[in-house]
Amino acid sequence: MPITDEVKLDDGSKLGSLTKKIRGHQGMIIGSVIVFAVIAIALLAPLLAPHDPYEQDLMKRLLPPFWDSRGSWEHIFGTDHLGRDYLSRLIYGARISLLIGIGAALISGLIGTIMGVMAGYFGGRVDMVVTFLITVRLSMPVVLVALAVVAIVGGSLQVVITVLGLLLWDRFAVVMRSSTLQIRSMDYVAAAQAVGCSVSRVLMTEVMPNVVNNLIVITTIEIAHAIILEAALSFLGLGVQPPLPSWGLMVSEGKDMMLFEPWLITIPGVALFLLVLAINLMGDGVRDITAPENRN
Amino acid sequence: MSAVMINAKNVTRNFSISRGMFRGKQILRAVSGVDLTVKKGEVLALVGESGCGKTTLAKIILGLLPQTTGSVDLCGQSIMDLPRLELARTIQPIFQDPYSSLNPRKTIGSIIGLPMRVQGVENSATIRRKVQKTMDLVGLAARHYNAYPNQLSGGQRQRVAIARALVNRPQIVVCDEPTSALDVSVQSQILNLLSDLRKELNLTYIIISHNLAVVEHIATRVAVMYLGRLVEEAKTSILFNNPHHPYTRALLESVLTPEPDLGIPNTQLGASYPNPIDPPSGCAFHPRCAQVMPHCAMTPPLSNNVNGRFVECHIYNDDSAENAD
Repeated sequence: MPITDEVKLDDGSKLGSLTKKIRGHQGMIIGSVIVFAVIAIALLAPLLAPHDPYEQDLMKRLLPPFWDSRGSWEHIFGTDHLGRDYLSRLIYGARISLLIGIGAALISGLIGTIMGVMAGYFGGRVDMVVTFLITVRLSMPVVLVALAVVAIVGGSLQVVITVLGLLLWDRFAVVMRSSTLQIRSMDYVAAAQAVGCSVSRVLMTEVMPNVVNNLIVITTIEIAHAIILEAALSFLGLGVQPPLPSWGLMVSEGKDMMLFEPWLITIPGVALFLLVLAINLMGDGVRDITAPENRN
Repeated sequence: MSAVMINAKNVTRNFSISRGMFRGKQILRAVSGVDLTVKKGEVLALVGESGCGKTTLAKIILGLLPQTTGSVDLCGQSIMDLPRLELARTIQPIFQDPYSSLNPRKTIGSIIGLPMRVQGVENSATIRRKVQKTMDLVGLAARHYNAYPNQLSGGQRQRVAIARALVNRPQIVVCDEPTSALDVSVQSQILNLLSDLRKELNLTYIIISHNLAVVEHIATRVAVMYLGRLVEEAKTSILFNNPHHPYTRALLESVLTPEPDLGIPNTQLGASYPNPIDPPSGCAFHPRCAQVMPHCAMTPPLSNNVNGRFVECHIYNDDSAENAD
């Protein structure tokens, strides 16, 4: 038996160890595969959709999906109450869901990150003001405020994105504040100050890189949150307006017929469930992989 | 002997402590009325218990924390007037915990190069050359240039922190317990490195330490702090051979020896460290002092120059001793 074992030295390449880590993370793989598939479907919607999602054919209304004995392969997921192809509407609906999720998360992420990092870094009065604003925001029920605004301004894609973006920054602010607070007390921040770094430089090179993994996780949570909220708003009739094919709107339009044609709500419901689950799985994976304590 | 590098006069730093919404604020005097002079080439050690204001004083001198009152001059210029970059070129810190003082997201090369980039050096080849030269100076292998901090040991990390402090060749280095987070075997390496660098680069050090053995080994002058005040200050040999202040004596007696028979030394300090929010009257040390006199609780002692040292104690204050009789 040899006394020494051959030890393979890490070649130190960042990319190599990163792909290795991703490969070891099953949830991350499943999540990203679904998310990227949905993104691809959304981008390629005109090529993938078998029919025009807006084309009505009242003669063919409420056709069941292919697995039903009355179903046909022409309309794989059947048709809705106006005879529109359900698969095509689902494919185009992915665009709406992703657009709203990403758009709202970007707006709220920008607001929440700026507020949270400022509060955590400067403390004192700035922190008091931000904490107060967070409390005010938390005391407002999101759905109610969104409903009121949409009812006054009128529902459209842009309005829904803006309203959700302006309402969902609280978690960004809370998490960014506490993680900045934690990083701020590290000696490397004091060292950067002593070295003569300006405030913006300290924030950009010392604080931000160390809070960005939290930011990514919150972003994925909020994308999922915004998608669900859009579905809820559309279900209540105050989100995206028909005939746009939003998944929430499809559930809403199908609810009257759900007793006899249950696929009308299960298909968009499962799509929503899968997308939100996949985004959360991916966020979890990104957190695990980018955490610096895992780096070796 | 040579130029005065640091001249602190009557430096005080108060923190206001909030005790809840309705109970108002209280003032904590972390540093109260400290006078300190450090000349070029000296190694001044600040010693004292936890919470006596050593680190606060160091942060004020580094310009990381504004003082409440008093003034600090570096090389004859007030730190309030020094521009940020010039202050950074003059004085640099080395922190206690090398696990917290290095940004885990950056490579060693970019951590050590940061001070140069901040000072406006754009050329990456110049930065790289100087960083590698400094790494060589502090005994870091060149292959660590692209490593991340968590790939290094504690001693290596502390060398990185020293390299970052020295890359722009400052004149003063403030070391806040540079060895207390390290293994014993590495401590002496780092201390020897600091001593060598001082000779090589003609540096002035302020070293904060709990460890009196370290202080005796490296310092030329020692200042003992107690509750935000300097109670005794002298050359290392004078202070260690014949401590005057009862607190200094207790501190020196508290050092553990390697001989197991001697047991744990009894410092006679008795009561625990007082609450700095509510310091004792008169001489702050009187509740724990072995040689306490009746007037110690009444009047704060003045600083006296006795036998080549400054000591702040009624025992060496002739006037108050007479008054007490």
